[in-house]
Amino acid sequence: MIEWAHPGAILIIGAALVPFLKGRIKQTYLLILPVLAFAAIVSAAPGTHGVVHLLNQKLVFGRVDRLSLVFGYIFAIMAFIGVIYGMHVKRDGEYIAALLYVGGSMGAVFAGDFITLFIFWELMAFASLFLIWFKGDKASDEAGYRYILVHIFGGVCLLGGIILYYANTGSIEFNAIKTGGPAFYMILAGFLINAAVPPFSAWLADAYPEATIMGAVFMCAFTTKTAVYVLIRGFAGTELLIWMGVIMAVYGVVYATLENDGRRLLAYHIISQVGYMVAGIGIGTELALNGSTAHAFAHILYKGLLFMGVGAVMQMTGKRKLTDLGGIYKTMPITMILYMVGAFSISAFPLFSGFVSKSMVISAAEESHIGWAVLLLTSASSGTFISLGLKLPYYMFFGEDSGIRTKEPPLNMLVGMGIAAFLCIAIGVWPGALYSVLPFPVDYAPYTAQHVVTALGILLFTALGFFLLLKRIHPEPSRSLDTDWFYRKGARLFLKFAERPVATVDAFVGELHTTMALGPAKRLASVSLSFDIGIIDALVNLAGWLTRFAAWVAHKFDVYVVDGLVNSAATLVSVNAGAWRRLQTGQIQNYALIMVLGLVVIIGGILLGIRP
Amino acid sequence: MKIIDWLADAKNRGFVKKASYAALVLVFGADFFVHRHHGAFFWDNLPGYGAVYGFISCIVIIIVSKAIGHAWLMKKEDYYD
Repeated sequence: MIEWAHPGAILIIGAALVPFLKGRIKQTYLLILPVLAFAAIVSAAPGTHGVVHLLNQKLVFGRVDRLSLVFGYIFAIMAFIGVIYGMHVKRDGEYIAALLYVGGSMGAVFAGDFITLFIFWELMAFASLFLIWFKGDKASDEAGYRYILVHIFGGVCLLGGIILYYANTGSIEFNAIKTGGPAFYMILAGFLINAAVPPFSAWLADAYPEATIMGAVFMCAFTTKTAVYVLIRGFAGTELLIWMGVIMAVYGVVYATLENDGRRLLAYHIISQVGYMVAGIGIGTELALNGSTAHAFAHILYKGLLFMGVGAVMQMTGKRKLTDLGGIYKTMPITMILYMVGAFSISAFPLFSGFVSKSMVISAAEESHIGWAVLLLTSASSGTFISLGLKLPYYMFFGEDSGIRTKEPPLNMLVGMGIAAFLCIAIGVWPGALYSVLPFPVDYAPYTAQHVVTALGILLFTALGFFLLLKRIHPEPSRSLDTDWFYRKGARLFLKFAERPVATVDAFVGELHTTMALGPAKRLASVSLSFDIGIIDALVNLAGWLTRFAAWVAHKFDVYVVDGLVNSAATLVSVNAGAWRRLQTGQIQNYALIMVLGLVVIIGGILLGIRP
Repeated sequence: MKIIDWLADAKNRGFVKKASYAALVLVFGADFFVHRHHGAFFWDNLPGYGAVYGFISCIVIIIVSKAIGHAWLMKKEDYYD
């Protein structure tokens, strides 16, 4: 009997088999994986499991407590819904990326130490990147690169923070982090980037609309909600987060009001909704943390449903801009109704899921007497209804008829949406089930008469305002400036700006080089040349002249002295030879006379006492 | 879908408008009769607070957002290309 099966590992290892299966078997297999993961989570006993000792560190893969369990449940449920919705997708890679991504987020949620958390954190970033890239056009390629660069930056912040944290405390256990110091802020920055807290939020509205239709349904659920989980775990009660959360909620509303792209509008409302969760974490009371957790749970379902609805319209019409759509309800009524369930849920209509979770966060702000947060979060609710409950459906499904005639999406897409819609209503009608799995005991009644009437007042009078200002809210084809400007346009402008200083420096260095290096070198060369011409050549020429003079002298000596001597010797020889020739007559009597004369001279010499 | 077609039909516009206004009045009026818990803030004790605040929020959000958008944030769609 296995003591504990890691639900994330089931999905991650399970993903490896996907390419080997086909048809119905593959579809069944893809559905079984999230069910197995869900079963593993349900059967997990609270406590610490999956401890691995590595390099003197204790890695904890399975911290099972009420907080990690509730996130585990909803992740498994959403993976199941997402797989059904994407069942018609042919590309195996998309399923593998989605399974690794969900597995990574489960791994992060059950991680008990920073190293394990970091590994799964990065797995999520890289797996989800492929859910963008598989869309396969230029916009998604570029958005994917920007997406992963931002997440690598966030990962580096987190890792740097973890290292500092370890250096300070000697521990890698992941629990509430003591306030202050660089480790605290670096880890917080890493988490806030994934939670899409402005100014680190632009990646979300940039990338999610460019993901595949199934990919966007997965992405909207996991990255930001894993970040909410780690913020609850590590930073509950950090006052800064109240500010950030409230700003996020309003920021998302403002951008969504301006937006024309249906999926980007939804993306801005992820930021807005996560704002409620972040604000709740900042408030940090039990009610607030319960509210943040419940809101994350409800949000995954209704936001998934909204992305599925707009994705279905995109699948059938190939369009996602509100200015291109209109009158779609005539041919896609079921999609429209299911979308509206999501819209009523996110707008926190009574009997829909958002009402029972969002009101917890706002009530927590009331209990903690943070009036401005209560007012701004309530306003943001009104803004949510404007964009998602009124503007998007009005211009996509109703409004001016675009003349587009299509049909309902494939059955599997409708089933996926149907399950999500059912759960949205079920949570709204029976909040007790959700409340029973929250991290702290719940003593909260959402359905008081005052709550209901106030909520209906806010929503209906928002609708009144919307229809009065219908001409002003009209969507316009545009692209809103966000903080991604800094790395998309700003970098280019920076280069342009940098060109002039760089050119100036270049000219200066060039000039310096000319005057300081080239000039002297040239002068040296010219001096060398003059030296060469003046001295060396002169010496060479002199030597030449001397040589020629010497040669001339030698020649004259040769001609007159040597030749003279030779000639005079020759003359002498020839004169003597003439004299001798006359002596040699060739007649024997003359030679005999000379011999006798010679004998006479010799004998005469001997006789006269002359000895040789 | 017949309901939506019926609602959108110009013949019924008068009725739809009346029904909508009736709903608004009903919600606004109901706020004067519900039992109030003693709230933390003064507005919790004002009847009709939700309706008034929701309406003001809606108008402010639309006008301010669009004003910021037109003055600054909204650029052409091919701005980054």
